[in-house]
Amino acid sequence: MSNASMTRRPPLRQRLRPREMIRDRDTAVYGVLIIVAVLFPIISIWATNGTALVSHATRAGYWVLLAIGLNVVVGFAGLLDLGYAAFFAIGAYSYALLASPQLASSPAHHAVHITFWILMFVSLVFAAVAGAVLGFPTLRLRGDYLAIVTLGFGEIVPQLFYNFDQWTGGINAVGLIDQPRLPVWIQGPWSGDGPVAWVRDFNFNGDPVAYYVLICALIAAGVILVTNLHRSRLGRAWMAIREDEVAAAAMGINTVTTKLLAFGIGASFSGFAGAYYGASVSLVSPDSFLFIVSITVLVMVVLGGMGNITGVIVGALVMYYIVFYLIPGLPDFARGLASDLGLQSLNNSNGDWPGLAEETQRLNFLIYGAILVGVMLLRPQGLLPSRVREQELKHAAVQEDEAAVEQAHAR
Amino acid sequence: MSDAKIDNILEVTNLTKRFGGLVAVDDVTLNIKRGEVFALIGPNGAGKTTMFNNVTGLYRPTSGTVVFDNRNITGYKPHQVARFGIARTFQNIRLFDYMSCLDNVRVGRHVRMRAKVWDSLFKTPRERHEEDRVTEEAMDLLRFVGIAKHANQYARNLAYGQQRRLEIARALATEPKLLLLDEPAAGFTPQEKVELMALVRKILDRGITVFLIEHDMKVVMGISERIVVLDHGEKIAEGSPDEVRNDAKVIEAYLGKSA
Repeated sequence: MSNASMTRRPPLRQRLRPREMIRDRDTAVYGVLIIVAVLFPIISIWATNGTALVSHATRAGYWVLLAIGLNVVVGFAGLLDLGYAAFFAIGAYSYALLASPQLASSPAHHAVHITFWILMFVSLVFAAVAGAVLGFPTLRLRGDYLAIVTLGFGEIVPQLFYNFDQWTGGINAVGLIDQPRLPVWIQGPWSGDGPVAWVRDFNFNGDPVAYYVLICALIAAGVILVTNLHRSRLGRAWMAIREDEVAAAAMGINTVTTKLLAFGIGASFSGFAGAYYGASVSLVSPDSFLFIVSITVLVMVVLGGMGNITGVIVGALVMYYIVFYLIPGLPDFARGLASDLGLQSLNNSNGDWPGLAEETQRLNFLIYGAILVGVMLLRPQGLLPSRVREQELKHAAVQEDEAAVEQAHAR
Repeated sequence: MSDAKIDNILEVTNLTKRFGGLVAVDDVTLNIKRGEVFALIGPNGAGKTTMFNNVTGLYRPTSGTVVFDNRNITGYKPHQVARFGIARTFQNIRLFDYMSCLDNVRVGRHVRMRAKVWDSLFKTPRERHEEDRVTEEAMDLLRFVGIAKHANQYARNLAYGQQRRLEIARALATEPKLLLLDEPAAGFTPQEKVELMALVRKILDRGITVFLIEHDMKVVMGISERIVVLDHGEKIAEGSPDEVRNDAKVIEAYLGKSA
């Protein structure tokens, strides 16, 4: 053992080369993402003379945050969570109730207005606690059973917000939610209307650019923290549990607390995202946290590349583009295409035919489903898979054969 | 009496494990002395692995006690038992297939690491130092079992014998006082069996007591100091390899069939 200590350093690093390679791909993706993040608002504002695209990007941002959080639960720890929107709802309502006039009309008779920067962390804590509360009794369950329980939780939470209408306004939603305001000490000549105001009037009054900067900062922080976790003692423990829970326990990993941490940390991201969502949309209603939200986030994670942070980010952006931009735009696109091709007659409704745009509208989910199926067929491992998934799916068949042959030889 | 207690690292007393109507382990008592190689043998289905599972906390004994290092560990959870200092390998290898060999061993270090969530989140200096140290320790263990050059391969990509070695390295990483090996030589070539016996002696030199289940008589007779024979969950013989080899009951139940 000791005679190797002299030559230890270089060979170790050389042996770690595969890992460095994967980091390089990640570095490349991060580089591209950062450049795009910087250039996107500049170019889109310059090209379209408006901030509509930037506000699309701010909405895509919280989906990215949600996907990063769910990836901790599903990708790292291998726990299928179908009720992730519940934590998102808890985060959003935490902010909405504590930063709006809503509580004045509740039994509390007193509106609360706490600043966004504090509530962001309060929402995080609420969501994380909810994650732990849900996790504690249920994490003894495995696989499919856990999925069903989280599914139920995801249905219950929006119903609670819907039914406690004395406090939450129920179906009327919580409106007039406060906008974040930069703390006084950050405000200065650069944030007013003066000549050096390079961040314009940075008071978030529905300004998409301000939200864009905020969500980019949140995502960056999230990525750094999750990357650190992934490469730590806890990250390895999560992977070990995903691979073989019994062996992990025999190696001294407390599976219950480790899984709880995955749930809590995953949930805290959606708490973060929820607070941001409440502030940016300024209206929080129980309808925004239905099952489809959980599923969309899950699809982002799986389609992007489960377990791989860059993959999940890219997956979230692609899915956002498909779900909230491409699909809703299809009817108009189809109508335009038809008239360009001189097929105007298709656009008019005629008997059972409702017109091309309306027909496309009706087929939206079919097209959406077809896209999902197509992507998963072409790239079952996700757009940017983690090393693990890649290996698992690409070589599984071959290696199983090889292993079988080897074992047969060994016997 | 008190001297004997200190000498014994593991004392299993009147242990019974029932699954419904099936009695897998029936009132078995065995004591393992510190620093010896102790073997548990018996025909298939004799309850050997069930015994391991009871000792490591995977099962809770129906009755009886398990005392490890003068501490009653009956009914403790597997991760607590691992913390006390019992590590094990599995009969049908249970590695973390899609983790590198290095990471497999580093998971073994988990229980002796102290970095908290906070340290991991913010990569504190304490966490970084610990990670560096653990990586070195894990490499040392991979060298110890002789698979260091595969450190960055996925565990599942290793050859069968290397996987068995990796499992031992992972178990050693938990710094056990007692190492449980469940059929470590299964499927090995004669050459590999010789290497395995050498490895077990090296483990012994580290001051670790070895408790093994093994079918291969050459291996068992070659390295173990004392042997207990189980048949249908009951202890039918105990003693040195020579004593066991010549025991009429054992020959009838076990050796007789294969000899």
